Amino acid sequence: MLKTRGFPNRLGIQGWAFGGRWGPERYLYTLHRITGLGLLLYFLLHILLTSSRALGMEAWEQAMGAVTAPIFTFGEYLVFVAFAFHALNGIRLVLVELGVGVGKPIEPVYPYRTSLNVQRPLAICAGIVALVLIVLGTLDFFILD
Amino acid sequence: MMRDQKLWTWHVVAGLVVLVFLGLHMTIMHLDEVIPAASLNPQGGHPIDWANVAARGKTLFFPITYVVLLGAALFHGLYGFRNILFELNPPGALKRVLGWLLALAGLGLFAIGTWAAIAAHRVALLA
Amino acid sequence: MSNEIRGDVTYRIRRFDPDRDAAPRWQESRIPALPGMTVLDGLWKIKETTDPSLSWRSSCRMGVCGSCGMLINGRARLACNTQISELGSAIVAVAPLPNFHIIRDLVPDLSPMFTAHAALSPFVIREDAAEQENPSGEFGQTPHELEQYLQFTFCIKCGCCMAACPTYATDPAYSGPMPLAQAHRYNTDTRDGGFRKRREALAGEAGPWRCHYAGECSRVCPKGVDPARAIQLMKRQLVLDYLRLWRPRRPAAIIPAPAEVRRRPDVPEPPARTV
Repeated sequence: MLKTRGFPNRLGIQGWAFGGRWGPERYLYTLHRITGLGLLLYFLLHILLTSSRALGMEAWEQAMGAVTAPIFTFGEYLVFVAFAFHALNGIRLVLVELGVGVGKPIEPVYPYRTSLNVQRPLAICAGIVALVLIVLGTLDFFILD
Repeated sequence: MMRDQKLWTWHVVAGLVVLVFLGLHMTIMHLDEVIPAASLNPQGGHPIDWANVAARGKTLFFPITYVVLLGAALFHGLYGFRNILFELNPPGALKRVLGWLLALAGLGLFAIGTWAAIAAHRVALLA
Repeated sequence: MSNEIRGDVTYRIRRFDPDRDAAPRWQESRIPALPGMTVLDGLWKIKETTDPSLSWRSSCRMGVCGSCGMLINGRARLACNTQISELGSAIVAVAPLPNFHIIRDLVPDLSPMFTAHAALSPFVIREDAAEQENPSGEFGQTPHELEQYLQFTFCIKCGCCMAACPTYATDPAYSGPMPLAQAHRYNTDTRDGGFRKRREALAGEAGPWRCHYAGECSRVCPKGVDPARAIQLMKRQLVLDYLRLWRPRRPAAIIPAPAEVRRRPDVPEPPARTV
């Protein structure tokens, strides 16, 4: 185990959310975590609820009847929004974390342009597509239904 | 310990699988008014009406893709959750216990979901 | 982007004396702010005039030694590299680098970072140990090959990236941006043959898998090393290695000396080796 001495000074979970003065990618990281946990929680309940279709029409309609209240509809909307963000940011992360779009190593000349600058257009595109999906989803949930 | 190198690779692969199939699922369920597609909601009306659910369950495509989506999403989500938990630095023994709990939860839910997909297929064929 | 600071600035410094304090506390001092003054200059002024007990690490005062990494107005920076005027505030809040234990005042215990660094074998590993002890020639490396890792050699081990990393904030098993970027620096150095050795550590918890590209490490790096870039490139290498789509190549060979070369008569012999 790594030995260390002195007064403990780790930021802890606060460091996930409030580490100081940041760039946008760190906010994206925090949001990706939050949406992921939200989606996971919904998913586990979703599996159990939708499995009722295996027991026939009555079981299905009973299960669906249990979640007709507006709070559930709004919750599903939030799930859709979370999916739109998590999926598009996820595409960005898959590309970046496999080394695509981070740029080649260069000799650092001040002011430094880092991999964050190189992948910024990708992040913006992902954000725009996510917004389009959210707008479409908002239409579908609340306006056209 | 080779584990994280392998698990992370499959986490990414699973993420791509989820992207495709969950994207399709979300389109059917929540973009049906904006992008109407008769083949996905054959009976019209709401996507979660029994008629549509049964029509999808009757095919081979939907039960199979549901099972694929279920497996990929469970692996992707639970590995992500494992990462979050482990990054909070629990003691070693607790890490092993958590790892096993998550794996069991994943396998259990996969079993339930797969049973449901197969049984729903049968129910839809009989109806 | 420089703002003129006239008159005084207030330093809010995080103090901690292990012999006297139960926990760190803030202490304020006012000093005159002169043009061109760095945060480090201010610390010296306080130590010389008001409070000789103030402790910190500093050495070169020109941004090359990596000693004076601190949390200045909420961001990890080098105190010698930070102009008071660039902070744009009449208050200069100075705290020790987070994510490391505090030994005293502004002095963090960086030994976990160096332990993690050493665990990833940050040196050229080759089978021909005899050649490294008694070199007979130059290892052949093209400028293109050098470019693949040169950026990551500029690291001064200041620890700012470790302080900015959200994963390192909670997880001491994670190696952190500096050790991982340095591991990649050696993995991509064509003179090195140690990829398989480093992979043993990199495949597990000490590896780059807990990096989620928050990118703060690259934003705060005072030397433009871009550890985030190194880590993502390393992930690609390790994934391809797992999928057997990539094999480490042979380390660079020695360039043989040209055959018909004679020393010019007016060029003296080199002095005898002392090591």
